[in-house]
Amino acid sequence: MNGFLQALLLQAGYNTALVTVGAAILGASAGAIGSFVLLRKRALVSDAISHATLPGLALAFIIMAGLSGDGRWLPGLMIGAGISAGLGLLVVDWLTARTRLAEDAAIGAVLSVFFGAGVVLMTVIQTLQTGRQAGLSGYLLGSTAGMLRSEAQIIAIAAAVTGLAIFLLRRPFTLVCFDAEYAAVRGINVRATDLAMMGLLMAVTVIGLKVAGLVLIVALTIIPPVAARFWTDRPGRMVVIAAMIGAVAAWLGAVVSSLDRGLPTGSLIVLFSFALFVVSMLLSPRRGLLAGIAHRLRFQGLVHERQGLIALARAEPIYDSQTLRRLKARGWIRPDGVATLKGRAAAAAAQRDEARWSLYRNLHPEAAAGSPSQGIRPLAEVLPPDLIADLDRRLGAGSDFHEVRI
Amino acid sequence: MTNTFVQLSLTPILIGVLACCACALPGNFLVLRRQSLIGDAISHVALPGIVVAFLLTGTLAAGPMLIGAAGAAIVAVGLIELIRRLGNIEPGAAMGVVFTTLFAAGVLLLEQSDTSKVHLDVEHALYGNLESLIWLRGTSWAALTDPVALAALPPQLGRLALVLLAMVAFTVVFWKELVIGTFDAGFAASIGARPGPTGFGLVVMVAVAAVAAFDAVGSIIVIAMFICPPASARMMTDRIGPQIGWSLGFATLAAVLGYVLAGYGPLWLGGRNSVSAAGMIATVSGVVLGLAALWGPRRRGAHRLAA
Repeated sequence: MNGFLQALLLQAGYNTALVTVGAAILGASAGAIGSFVLLRKRALVSDAISHATLPGLALAFIIMAGLSGDGRWLPGLMIGAGISAGLGLLVVDWLTARTRLAEDAAIGAVLSVFFGAGVVLMTVIQTLQTGRQAGLSGYLLGSTAGMLRSEAQIIAIAAAVTGLAIFLLRRPFTLVCFDAEYAAVRGINVRATDLAMMGLLMAVTVIGLKVAGLVLIVALTIIPPVAARFWTDRPGRMVVIAAMIGAVAAWLGAVVSSLDRGLPTGSLIVLFSFALFVVSMLLSPRRGLLAGIAHRLRFQGLVHERQGLIALARAEPIYDSQTLRRLKARGWIRPDGVATLKGRAAAAAAQRDEARWSLYRNLHPEAAAGSPSQGIRPLAEVLPPDLIADLDRRLGAGSDFHEVRI
Repeated sequence: MTNTFVQLSLTPILIGVLACCACALPGNFLVLRRQSLIGDAISHVALPGIVVAFLLTGTLAAGPMLIGAAGAAIVAVGLIELIRRLGNIEPGAAMGVVFTTLFAAGVLLLEQSDTSKVHLDVEHALYGNLESLIWLRGTSWAALTDPVALAALPPQLGRLALVLLAMVAFTVVFWKELVIGTFDAGFAASIGARPGPTGFGLVVMVAVAAVAAFDAVGSIIVIAMFICPPASARMMTDRIGPQIGWSLGFATLAAVLGYVLAGYGPLWLGGRNSVSAAGMIATVSGVVLGLAALWGPRRRGAHRLAA
């Protein structure tokens, strides 16, 4: 635990700290660009991109091993991965635009074929005599163990630059995500914006290969945005929250992975993201599961109270046990079921409100049907006082409300 | 040449063909229903299923592994549906959340458990071991009639043959429901063809095919075969029947050509070692798709009505 705290607070050596910070910046960038990609409804494109890096990675390794004897130079591998990922992206676009295939089939075809080609090249590498091939297996599942200081620096700086680019392009991205046609009218080049979005997604993927691994990097661009979606309906905030979730998950993943062998970084980052996603899904006050259940229970209670009061006003017997329980809890009936004074007042008020509602429904059926408060909240809380006064005038202040129901 | 061919190459090629066809057949419906990536998701989540099965039973016997993988597939499909409904999230993103998480959990479990004594690692799950499914007793063509030698065939061969048979049976029996549900789910519901249960049945069959093929050939081939041959076939014809025929043809072509290229290609080029057969089969299926997308007669879709 001591080791965990040390690593968490960046006290476990310069290299570990650098890797942790680099991973967190990467997680933030991935969460931010992933939000836009999710809003553009192209979340799984990143799956194709990440798998499509493998042949480029392997080819770059083979070329560098042939030239210098060591194929592990990170920038070279990144360039190779970037080129083949870009090619994969172009093929997805081409298949979707020029043939009858839908995007999902294009994504699946590109990811499996590129990955297959990459595997072929990987077996070629295994037969090479030189090149220090052991360094390449870390790209499949992500590994920060034994990462060089220069590599961690490159990852941190590249991820920060990518994050800055996402920040600068946030306005055109948001516009294109929500209304591409309006964006075009406003003079934004939609095609170029899409291209930039996919380019940045690709950059994040390539930068993150070493940390998260190419099978799992897709999770960093999907899970944090989906989790962030629970907390807000505003795109700007969603991007920020997704970036924070991504950064926290990557930070924790890198820290825990540095503690022991057999703790692959990519898997840990993904599992921490998923944990944050589950927390968001359960606890978010807006769209969370618990908030939804609480809302439903509250709504149910209100309906029971309302129906109970109306039954009291009409002197009808009440059988439903939940209604009885709620009325008792509010002090509106005595344990033997007879209405208290307070209960009779509340029942009369409910009765009067019901009459208002029913008249309102008759006069303005569409407005009434569109109101989410129908039959639950007192109409006086929904409509302005002058409209209520008008309704009351029509009802006739002292008349028997039963007669108004039609 | 003949002897070693029967011994070393015949069964891998047959297994490859069976696996490819078993995946390509349901893949036709997946591609048409825009659910291609279900195959991708299911083949990823097979890994945690297999690891859990191994941890529980301690063996790599086929039975527990298949059950584990199938269980994981069912859990994944359920989770995807749950997250999609609860979170009101688009299906692609829900799928991305679930399969990456389960795969990550599988990798972590694998790294944490002691699997050094058995052949179980992530690379194996991804690439399969098609080349190792050899038939030692098959010393010549005559062995095909020798019951003792036949009994020593790799068990994957019989299993995949059964799975392919099940795929064919499913497709034939539910042909009408599958086709109507694929093209017009609303109409299917109105005439009682039950698109819901049929769709679920299709996903189950996809899981069965993925898990059975995954055991023999790894998840890359599975994903490639669910998508590439049906997608190529779609460029060739507008009719579902011929499309399935084309896709099975393409799948067989990819399996045979891919295996031969992987095994003998490097030798022809002067190399000494073969390359990954699974990777090469996936690559060949991609080349076929590329050719079909460039020159297939129906690549742009049916003649569009003036809109």
